[in-house]
Amino acid sequence: MRTTRWMWVAGILGGLGLLALFSPLGAQTYSPPTYGEDFPLIGSRAAIWIVAQTHLMFAAFVLGVPMFAVVTEAIGIWGKDERYDRLSKEFTRLLLVAYSATALLGGLFLFLLVTLYPALFSYLSEIFKVSMWIYAALFFFESATLYMYYYGWDRWKTGRAKLGHWGLGILLNVWGTAVLFIANAWLTFMMSPPSDVTPDTAPAMVQFWSAFANATWMPINIHRLIANAVFGGSIVAAYAAYRFLKAKSDEERAHYDWMGYVGNLIAIGVFLVLPFAGYWLGREIYEYNQQMGITMMGGFMSWLWIVQAFLIGVLFLAANYYLWIGLGRIPGGERFSRYTKWMLAVLVIGFIVWATPHSMIADRDELAAMGGTHHPFLGVLGLMSAKNTAVNLMILTTFLSFLMYRRANKIPTVSWAKTGTITQGGLLAVCSAVVLFYGVYGYFVPTITRIGFSVYQVLWVLFTILAVIGLDLFIMRRAESRGPIRWGQMPERSQYALFILVVTFTWLMGLMGFARSGIRQHWHVWEVMRDTTEHAATPALGYAAQVISVCVIVFLLMIAFVFWIGGMIAKPQLVPDPEPVPAD
Amino acid sequence: MRDHPFWQAILVFIAAWILVRWGIPYVPPLVGISSAPVPTSVELQYMLTVLVGILIWVSDNEVRWKRFKEPIRNVMVQPERKWMRVAFLVAIPLLVAFVTYDTVRPKVTAPVGLRSVHPANPTSITVDGESIILEGLENPFRAEGRGDEAYALGLDIYYQNCMACHGDYLDGQGHYAHGYNPLPLPLRGGGTIAQLTESYVFWRIAKGGAGLPREGQPWNSAMPAWEDFLTVEEMWAVTYFLYEQAGISPRTWEEH
Repeated sequence: MRTTRWMWVAGILGGLGLLALFSPLGAQTYSPPTYGEDFPLIGSRAAIWIVAQTHLMFAAFVLGVPMFAVVTEAIGIWGKDERYDRLSKEFTRLLLVAYSATALLGGLFLFLLVTLYPALFSYLSEIFKVSMWIYAALFFFESATLYMYYYGWDRWKTGRAKLGHWGLGILLNVWGTAVLFIANAWLTFMMSPPSDVTPDTAPAMVQFWSAFANATWMPINIHRLIANAVFGGSIVAAYAAYRFLKAKSDEERAHYDWMGYVGNLIAIGVFLVLPFAGYWLGREIYEYNQQMGITMMGGFMSWLWIVQAFLIGVLFLAANYYLWIGLGRIPGGERFSRYTKWMLAVLVIGFIVWATPHSMIADRDELAAMGGTHHPFLGVLGLMSAKNTAVNLMILTTFLSFLMYRRANKIPTVSWAKTGTITQGGLLAVCSAVVLFYGVYGYFVPTITRIGFSVYQVLWVLFTILAVIGLDLFIMRRAESRGPIRWGQMPERSQYALFILVVTFTWLMGLMGFARSGIRQHWHVWEVMRDTTEHAATPALGYAAQVISVCVIVFLLMIAFVFWIGGMIAKPQLVPDPEPVPAD
Repeated sequence: MRDHPFWQAILVFIAAWILVRWGIPYVPPLVGISSAPVPTSVELQYMLTVLVGILIWVSDNEVRWKRFKEPIRNVMVQPERKWMRVAFLVAIPLLVAFVTYDTVRPKVTAPVGLRSVHPANPTSITVDGESIILEGLENPFRAEGRGDEAYALGLDIYYQNCMACHGDYLDGQGHYAHGYNPLPLPLRGGGTIAQLTESYVFWRIAKGGAGLPREGQPWNSAMPAWEDFLTVEEMWAVTYFLYEQAGISPRTWEEH
C-alpha cells in the first residue's frame, strides 16, 4: 500500500518535471533562432537580396564619385581650368544626399540580416566584430571629411589652401577605400573561408587575419575599386545627358555636352582595365575551389557570362558610337570618320565571337544536325582563347577611338610627328598580331598553358596603350589647334548612348554580383555554414534576372531623386570656355 | 542607289544573313571542315548584333544619317508613295501577327532548354566504399609514370564498354549514338575533356548520368554509372586512355 502511494508521488513529480522541461516556464536560457520568420510575400532571400544590391549600387556611387571628383579637381588645379573645379564641386554636392541614402539602405540591410538570418550574423560578427567597430568609426571620419571637402570648397579656393582642399578629397577616398576593403572581407569570407575553417570550428577559434585576408579578398578589392570609378563616371555622364536634353540655352547645352564627354572619358578609360581585374578574380576563384570555378564558368552560371558578354558588347558599341558622333563637332574630326566603319566591323565581329555560346540553345533537330550542343564549326568560338582575343581587340579598337578623338583638332608641330604616328600605328598593329597569335596558338596547347596566354595578351594590350598614349603626349606637345570643339553641337541621339552606358553598367553589377554570390549555392559560408531555409536552392536565371532588374529600376529611380534634390540645393554655375581642348 | 546608305545597309544585312544561314553550314565543308546549320537562337543573336552595327554605322555621321532616313521619310510623307505606305501599313501588322502566331502555336517538338555541359563536380565522392577528394587529385597512372600500362588496360575497357556510344574515333558518333538525345559527348578537340582535369572525368565516368548534381536538373544523360561495372583502377586507366587516344592533355592543377 505504502509502496503504491510512493509510486503515485514519484509519478506525479516526474510528470511535473517533464511538463516543466517542455513548457516555456522551464526554459532557463534564451537561445536565438537560426532564422527569423520568412519575409512576407517575396521571402527572406529576395528581401535581403534587393536591399543588399541596392545598397551596394549606392555604395559604388558614393565611393566612385569621390574618385571622379578628386581627379577632375586635380585637372582643374594643374590644368588651370576652372570648369573642372566646378564640375567636381557639382558632383560632390550630390554626394551629400547620396550618402544618406547609402547609410539608410545599409541600416535596412543590417536590420534585415539580424532579423532574418540571426545565426549567420551572429557567426560573422563573432569573427569580424573588431572590423565592424572600425567600419562604423570610419563612417564618422568619412562624413566629417566629406562635409569639410564640400563646405570648404569656396573657402579654400586658392594657393596652398586649395592643395589642402584637394588633400581632403584624397583623404575622402582613403576612408572610402578602407570601408570598401573591410566590407569586402566579410563577403569574401563567405565565399572563400580559409581551408582550416570547418563546420566544427567555433567562430571564436577562427583566426581574424586569415579570415579577413582570405583568398578572394584582394581580387574583389581591386575589381570593385576599378568598377566604382567606372560607375561614378558613367553616372556623371548620364546626369549630363539628362541635363543636356533638358537644356534651354546653348551655354547650358555646351556645359553638359562637355560634362558628358568627361564622364564618358573617365568611365570608359577606366573600364578598359576592368576585364583584367575580373580575370584575376575569376582565376583566384577557380584556384580556391575547382567546383566553384566550374559552376561559375562551365556549369549553371555559365549562361550569365553570355549575358555579360552581350552587355559588355553593348557598352563597347555605345561608348564608341558616342565618340564617333562626337567627331562631328570637332574641326578636323571628319578626316577620321572614314575609318570608323572598319573599327565598327572589328567591334561587331568581336561582339559576335564574344557572345557565341560554347553549348548552344537548340531544338532537337538542330542538336541532331550539330551532333550535340557544340556546333562543329562555331564551337571554337565558345572557348576562352577566342573570347579573350575578341575582347582584347575590342579594347584596342576603343582605345583607338579615344586617340582619334584626342587628336582630331590638333596639328602636331614637332618635326618627328610623322615618324611618331607611324610608330604608334606599328605598336597597335604588332599588339593586334600578338593578341591574335596567342588566340590561335591557344588551341594547340594544354588548357593550363592556354590560360597563361591570356595574361600575355593582357600585358601586351596594357603596354601598348601606355606606350601609345605616352608617345602621343610628346607628339602633341605645343600642337596647333584646328579650331575649338563646338561643345553643345551634338545630336540628341548621342546622349542616349550615355543612358545606355549607365543602365548597362548597373545591370552588369547586379548580374555579375549574383554570379559571384550565387556560386556559393546552398552555403551561407562555403562548406562551413549551410543554408537550411526553403530558399537554399540557387535561383533560376530567369528569376534572378527579374530580381536584379527590380534592383536596377529601384536604384535608378532613387538616384534620379537624388539628382532632383541636388538640383534644388544649388544651381550649377556654368563656366563657358572658348577653347576647351580634351585633357592631356 | 549603290552609294546610298539606306540600300547599303539593306545589302549588308542581307549579305550577313546569307552568310549566317548558308555560308557557315555549307562553305567550311567545301574545304574539308565540318559544319552544321546555325541554331535559330544563335542566328537571331548574330543578326541582332549585325542590325545594331548597321544602325550605328548609318547614324554616327550627320550627313549619312540624313541620307539614310530620306527613303523612309519619302514613303511616309510623299503623296505619290501612298500605295507603298498603305502596303507597309498592311504588311507590317500582318508580319507581326504571323510571327506571333508562329511563336505561340502548339508544336510537337520538345522546347529548347539551357543545358550545362560541364556541371560542377562535388568536392569529394565515394566509390567502392572509399571517399575520394577530387580537388587536386591526379591520375595515379600518370603520377606514377605507368602510362603504357594504363593505355593498354584503358584501350580494352574503352572498346568493350564505351565505343558503342562515343565512337571508334572518340567523336561521339558510335553505333548507338543516334539513339540518344542529346548525343554522346565527342571527346576529341579542345572543347570538352581537354578543358577538364582527369579527376573530373573520373568522377563523370564513375557516377554517370545518375550521379549528376542537383544543380541544373533535370539532366538528360544516358551515361551509366561505371562504378557499378569497373574497378577504380580500370576507371583511371580508361581516363588516361581517352586523353592519349584523343591526342590532348588534361587540364592540370595550378601551382599554389
